[in-house]
Amino acid sequence: MSYEAVIGLEVHVQIKTRTKMFTAAPYVYGAEPNTLTDPVVLGLPGTLPVLNHLAIEKCAQLGLMLQCAIAEQCKWDRKNYFYPDSPKNYQLTQNDQPLCIGGKVEIELPGPSRNIEGEHRWVQLNRIHLEEDPGKLTHEAFDTVIDFNRAGVPLAEIVTEPDMQNSTEAVAFLNALRNLIIYAGISDCDMEKGQMRCDANVSLRPVGTNSLGTRTEMKNLNSISNVKAAIEYEIARQTQILDEGGVIVQETRRWDVDSSSSSSLRSKEEAHDYRYFPDPDLMPVQMDPKRIEQLDAQLPERPLDKQRRYQGDLDLPYTITSVLCPNLQLSEFFEAALEVYAAPKAIANYIANDLLRELADASARGASSHCVSDCKLTPAHIATLAKIIDTGVISKQIGKEVFTEMFNTGIMPDVIVKTKGLKQSNDSEEIESLCREAIAGNEKAVSEYRAGNLKALNALKGPVMKATKGKANPAMLDDLLKQLIDKA
Amino acid sequence: MSEKPHIDIDYVADLARIKLSDKEKSTLSAQLADILGHFEKLSAVDVDGIEPMAHTQNIHNVWRPGDAPGATLKAQTLIEMAPEQRDNQVVVPKVVE
Repeated sequence: MSYEAVIGLEVHVQIKTRTKMFTAAPYVYGAEPNTLTDPVVLGLPGTLPVLNHLAIEKCAQLGLMLQCAIAEQCKWDRKNYFYPDSPKNYQLTQNDQPLCIGGKVEIELPGPSRNIEGEHRWVQLNRIHLEEDPGKLTHEAFDTVIDFNRAGVPLAEIVTEPDMQNSTEAVAFLNALRNLIIYAGISDCDMEKGQMRCDANVSLRPVGTNSLGTRTEMKNLNSISNVKAAIEYEIARQTQILDEGGVIVQETRRWDVDSSSSSSLRSKEEAHDYRYFPDPDLMPVQMDPKRIEQLDAQLPERPLDKQRRYQGDLDLPYTITSVLCPNLQLSEFFEAALEVYAAPKAIANYIANDLLRELADASARGASSHCVSDCKLTPAHIATLAKIIDTGVISKQIGKEVFTEMFNTGIMPDVIVKTKGLKQSNDSEEIESLCREAIAGNEKAVSEYRAGNLKALNALKGPVMKATKGKANPAMLDDLLKQLIDKA
Repeated sequence: MSEKPHIDIDYVADLARIKLSDKEKSTLSAQLADILGHFEKLSAVDVDGIEPMAHTQNIHNVWRPGDAPGATLKAQTLIEMAPEQRDNQVVVPKVVE
């Protein structure tokens, strides 16, 4: 029998606030162990949690960005469990009244090649609730050590419907989700720093049926490539069990990166009886609809909406928009340059090709300026460069040289052109005599051109460009060469 | 009131990660059943037509404005409360097999 997989994801995202969800203790990644706690984080007797208003608003914005409905009222519950990552023996979370309900994320599946846009579809969400991160456990050879710094950090849990069928869709979903969250300023989604983590629920069913099979939950997926590998492993594992007439056991499994395999997590946390009850120390929250409108208005255009606009209104190709749009910084840089000089295609090309190439080179050389925000170029640099090429001050060829120079120095392109004397030569007498020399020196190219091979002209242009150090106006050079050959 | 609610004391002890002697099990079973029995009285109340509520107080939106970091506990203070410690971390028995 052939099976199809049904996949749902639970994605935890740390909300970027300076302080914790229920107290003002700060959180930053990488601090010395156990230096970012206070009595509330540790649940010491006599302490009371107080909600972090900013975290609630940011979580609501996350919901709006993911097209969820924002609940009229939400509340917090205690999820009781004994596991050493929780200092209180319960986690404050939202059980039956989450902040955000439903929602959907538009994803793009890989196209036939990198240069061709893939199919788009929507992945449905079930909910987003706002809870606290537990502490971090490190399992060592003979014991486990605990750092409570992370405990109490605002954590949004995004729960999808079982709405994906393979690892490719799951990866496309996580990429789209990450772009949306970074755009909205909710989190930087750095998986290495634990800012975004993913659990995957996988089940199989015979192709063509609608009921859901027994699912397993895969934990410890801390990179997108792990998610992909773990889902593929789990589909193969379940397929083999079913093919051999076996039965899938509902269980939690732990992905092991080193062995690229998963194993059943028979830890003491397995008793799934959380005995939820409303937290008596926290009051419910009712969001003001007017405030929700304000929060919505603060959100940026979604990346794929922006991509459609760039391809439609600005007529940019997919090869360029697929570079600019997933990256908020790049697209903002692009739009700021358009404000200076409205030449979308030229400017988009400079950013997607030249700027990224220079940044990658700089990064490879170990320079500190390897992202747009801290390089010396401003949108005005690129806009001005596009403008002086359009107006014929310099050729595109010289433009490449100017680009590298302005990237390295931060000097404006018009100033570089002036100080280095790069202005395009429109001195027709000088160019004409150079053209005559070129024609005289390459009879083969001339006869090939006459025979109809237009490309042969390039062999004649080369020496002229070389002699003028690239400053000859290319259009003028083209015309001159043709005229001279035709006349001769 | 009808018969006493049943308590699965082994299950409750397992969830609470505590080990009970047989004597404790029988004492605590009876006590917990009494406590639950007390709460059972609530089910006699007619709640038809009453909206479920999240809190006995009709108060909403109690939150901390702003995002200014407050005081923290010293790592030393924290780990002194732990039964075992190493490199400023709390040490517990290995939890993953």
